[in-house]
Amino acid sequence: MLPFIFAVFVPILYKMFTPRVHTGWFVFFVPLLIFSYLITFIPTIANGNTIITSIPWMPSYDINFTTYIDGLSLIFGLLITGIGALVILYSIFYLSKEREALHNFYVYLLMFMGAMLGLVFSDNVFVLYVFWEMTSVSSFLLIAYWYEREKSRYGAQKSMLITIFGGLAMLAGLVMITSSSETYSIREMLLNVDAIYASALFIPAMVLILLGAFTKSAQFPFSIWLPDAMEAPTPISAYLHSATMVKAGIYLVARLTPVFGGSNVWFWLVTGVGLITLLYGSVNAVRQTDLKALLAYSTISQLGLIMSLLGLGSAAMYFGLGDEIAIYGTAIFAAIFHLVNHSTFKGSLFMVVGIIDHETGTRDIRRLGGLIHLMPISFTLTVIGGFSMAGLPPFNGFLSKEMFFAAVNNAAKMDFFHMGTIGVLIPVVAWIASVFTFIYCMILVFKTFRGKYKLDKSRVVHEAPLGMLISPIILGSLVIIGFFFPNLLSNYLLKPALTSILPVLSEAEVLELKIEAWHGFLNPELWMTIGVVVLGTILYLNLRKWYRIYNSYPQSLTINNLYNLALDKMENISGSITNFYMTGFIRDYLVYILGFMILVVGGSIWLFDGVSFDSSNDAPVTLFEIAIMIVAVVSAVFVLFSKTRLTSIVSVGALGFLVAFFFVLFRAPDLALTQLVVETVTTALFLLCFYHLPQLRKEKSRIPFKLTNAIISIGAGAVVTIVALSVNGNRLFDSISSYYENAYELAGAKNIVNSILVDFRGIDTMLEILVLSIAGLGVYSLIKLRLAKEGSDERAE
Amino acid sequence: MIKAILIISLGFLTFAIFATIYRLVKGPSASDRVQALDVLGINIISGVAIFSVFLRNTGFFEVILLIGILSFVGTIAFARFIERGVVIERRK
Repeated sequence: MLPFIFAVFVPILYKMFTPRVHTGWFVFFVPLLIFSYLITFIPTIANGNTIITSIPWMPSYDINFTTYIDGLSLIFGLLITGIGALVILYSIFYLSKEREALHNFYVYLLMFMGAMLGLVFSDNVFVLYVFWEMTSVSSFLLIAYWYEREKSRYGAQKSMLITIFGGLAMLAGLVMITSSSETYSIREMLLNVDAIYASALFIPAMVLILLGAFTKSAQFPFSIWLPDAMEAPTPISAYLHSATMVKAGIYLVARLTPVFGGSNVWFWLVTGVGLITLLYGSVNAVRQTDLKALLAYSTISQLGLIMSLLGLGSAAMYFGLGDEIAIYGTAIFAAIFHLVNHSTFKGSLFMVVGIIDHETGTRDIRRLGGLIHLMPISFTLTVIGGFSMAGLPPFNGFLSKEMFFAAVNNAAKMDFFHMGTIGVLIPVVAWIASVFTFIYCMILVFKTFRGKYKLDKSRVVHEAPLGMLISPIILGSLVIIGFFFPNLLSNYLLKPALTSILPVLSEAEVLELKIEAWHGFLNPELWMTIGVVVLGTILYLNLRKWYRIYNSYPQSLTINNLYNLALDKMENISGSITNFYMTGFIRDYLVYILGFMILVVGGSIWLFDGVSFDSSNDAPVTLFEIAIMIVAVVSAVFVLFSKTRLTSIVSVGALGFLVAFFFVLFRAPDLALTQLVVETVTTALFLLCFYHLPQLRKEKSRIPFKLTNAIISIGAGAVVTIVALSVNGNRLFDSISSYYENAYELAGAKNIVNSILVDFRGIDTMLEILVLSIAGLGVYSLIKLRLAKEGSDERAE
Repeated sequence: MIKAILIISLGFLTFAIFATIYRLVKGPSASDRVQALDVLGINIISGVAIFSVFLRNTGFFEVILLIGILSFVGTIAFARFIERGVVIERRK
C-alpha cells in the first residue's frame, strides 16, 4: 500500500524541489524499502510456509484486502519491486529534470507499482480484479505520458481498449467461478476444486478468465497493443511492457492452474495460444526496424513461451502421483525460471535501447551501426541480454531454453488429451520459433553495434552516463549470475513458487533432483540448441536473400489492420445504425413506442392467455347510447379522412361535444361542464395556431395514408380495447367509492366529485393547478421571450 | 305517457344528430360544417334537457346553459376565423 500513499506526496515534493533535486530520488526508496521488506520473507517461504494478512474492506460482502504471500507471489513481488527500483534509478537519469512533467510520471508509476503489488498479493479475486484494472488504467496513463503525440494517444487507447476488454471478460469469469465455488478466496477455491469442476460454468469461466489473462499478457491475437505501447518512455516500456504488467496474465494463469489445470481445454488453450504467440512474436520481431518494436515482439514471443510452458505443466494436474507429475512439473518450473530470466534480460535490453536512443537520437536499425567502439558498455550489456534471450550458454536464457525444449519434448511423448500427431508439432513449432528468436537477437546485437557508422558526424555519440548504466549493469550481472548459480535462486524462490502452482507436488524430493540436473550432456535438448545456433546463424547471414518473404504477406491481413478496420467499421456501422433509427421524426419514434407497446402488451396477452371477457357486470346498453356512439365514431373517423385542417378541427369539436354528451348520459354533470369548456377553448386555440402555421406547410394535403401507421394504430387500439374490456370484466375487489358517499358527514359537501377533488384528494388538485400555472407561465414566456423566430410577434390570447 | 313522448323525442333527436353529422362530414364548404357544429351543440342541449327530465335530475341544467354559451362562442370564433383569418385581432 505504500506506493499509493507515497504517490500522493510526489506532486508536493515535485513542487518543492523541482529544479534542484530530481523527483525520482524521493520515489526511489519506496520500491527499495518494499524489496528489502519482501526479502525478509524468503526464509519463511522457502520453508514452505505462507503469510496471510487481512484488512477488512467490505466485510458485509465478504470482500477484504487479504494478502497472501507464497512462493509465486513472492517472486512477482520481488520482481516488481526490484526491477521497479532499478527502473526508477534509470529513469532518474533518463528523464530530464527541467523538460518533463516528472510528478505525473512518478505518480503514475507508483500507482502502477502499487496496483501490481496488490494484484500479486491479493487472495480475494475481486480485489485482484480491482488491482488488475488499476494496472490497466495506470499503464494507459503511462503510455500516453507524452500526450501531445498522436501515436502515444493511439497506443494508449489501443492498449486500454484491449486490456479492459479482457479485464471485463475476466470479471465475468471470476463471477462465474465464485458462484460455483462459493468463495471469493483463491486459496479456498483450491479446496473446492471438485465443485468447480462439476459446475456447468466451468468451461465458460475458464475461457473468460483466460481471455483476461491473454489480453493482458499480449498473447495471440491480442498482442497487437504491445508494439504500439512502445510509444511510452523507455523506462516504462522496460518496466511495464517487459517485466511486470504483461506478466500479470502469466501470474493469473499460474495462480489458477491448480483450479483449472487438469482439464484438457485449459491445456490446449494455454499451450496452443502460447505456442502460436511464440511463433508469431518471433517471426514478426525479425522484420522490425525499430529497436523497441523488435523488443516488443520479442516480449510477445517470450511471453508465449512462458504461457505454453504453463500450459504444458498443467498436464501434471491431470495425472495423479507418479513420475509424470515430475516431468510436467518441470515445465512449470521452466516457466517460472524463464519468467525471472526474461524480466532480467528484457529489462536490461530495454534500458540499453533507451540509452542508444538517448545518445544517438534514433532507434531505427537501418540508421544505427558501428557503435561498438563508441559505446562499449552498452554493447556488452546488449550481448549479455541478447545472447541470453537467444538461449546461448553462458547466460541464464540458456538454462530456461533447455528446460523449455525438455518440456516440449516430453509433451510430444504424451499420449493423452487427444495428442496423437499434433503432439509432435509442439517441439517443431518451438524449435522454429527459437531459430527466429536467435535471428532477431543477432539482428539486435550486430546490426546496432557492428558495421559502418551511419549517423551524422555532427552528433557526438558517446557512452551513457554512469547513472544510466547502473540498472542495466545490475540486471546484466544477474543474467550471468543466474546462469552460474541457478540453484541458489531455485531453492529459495522457484521451488516454493512451483509448489504453490502445483500443490499436487507436495513431495519435493522428486523435484529436488530435477532442478539440480541442469548439466545433462548428450540429451536431445542440447542438440536442439546447437541446431538453433547453426540454422540461425546461416539464416542471419543470408538475411537479405529471404527477407522479401515478409513483404509477400499482405498488409491488409495483419491483425493490426483488422483491429483498425474493426474499430473504424464499428464506428461507422453503429453510426449508421443510430442514424437509421434516430430519424429525427417524431412520427417514427411514435411508431417505435406504440409498436413496442403492442408487442409487449399484446404479446404477453397472447403468451399468457391473459384475456377473459366477463360481461356479467356490464350495464345494459340502450339504443340511444348506441346511436350517439355511432355519431361519435363517424366524426372521429372523419377527423382522419378530412382533407383540410379546418374540417378536422370542426369534427374534433363535434367529437368533444359528443363526449360531453356521454358524460351527461353517464350522469357526470361536473365532467360534462369541464369537458365543454375545455373543448371550446381547445378549439379556439386550434384556430389560433392555425393562423400561425407557416405559409409553406399550409398546403392542404390529405393526411398521407401509410400502411404501417394504419397497422400500428389499429393494433394499439385493439390492444387497449382488449385490455380495457378484460380489466372491466375481472374486478378483483369492490370499489372503494362507497366511502365517498359519506361526503356530507365527512366533509360537509353534497357534491361528491367536488369533495373528492378538494377534500379527500386535495393534493392532486393542487398539483394540477400547479401544472396549469406552469403551462400558462410557459406559454407566456414562450411568447414574450420570442424564442421562436417566427410568429412570436403575433399575439396570443 | 310522458316516457313515451320522451323516447320518441329522443328518437327524433338521434335522427337530427345523424343529419347534422351528415352535414358535418359532407358539407361542401367550411361554413356548412361550422353550422353543423352549432346545430350539434343545440341538439345536445335538447338531449341534455330530455335526459334531465328522464332522470328527474336538476344537476344538468348548468350544462344546458353552458352549451348555449359555448356553442355561441365557438361558432363566433369559427365565423371570425373563416371571415378574417384570425380569431382575435391585433390591437392597433
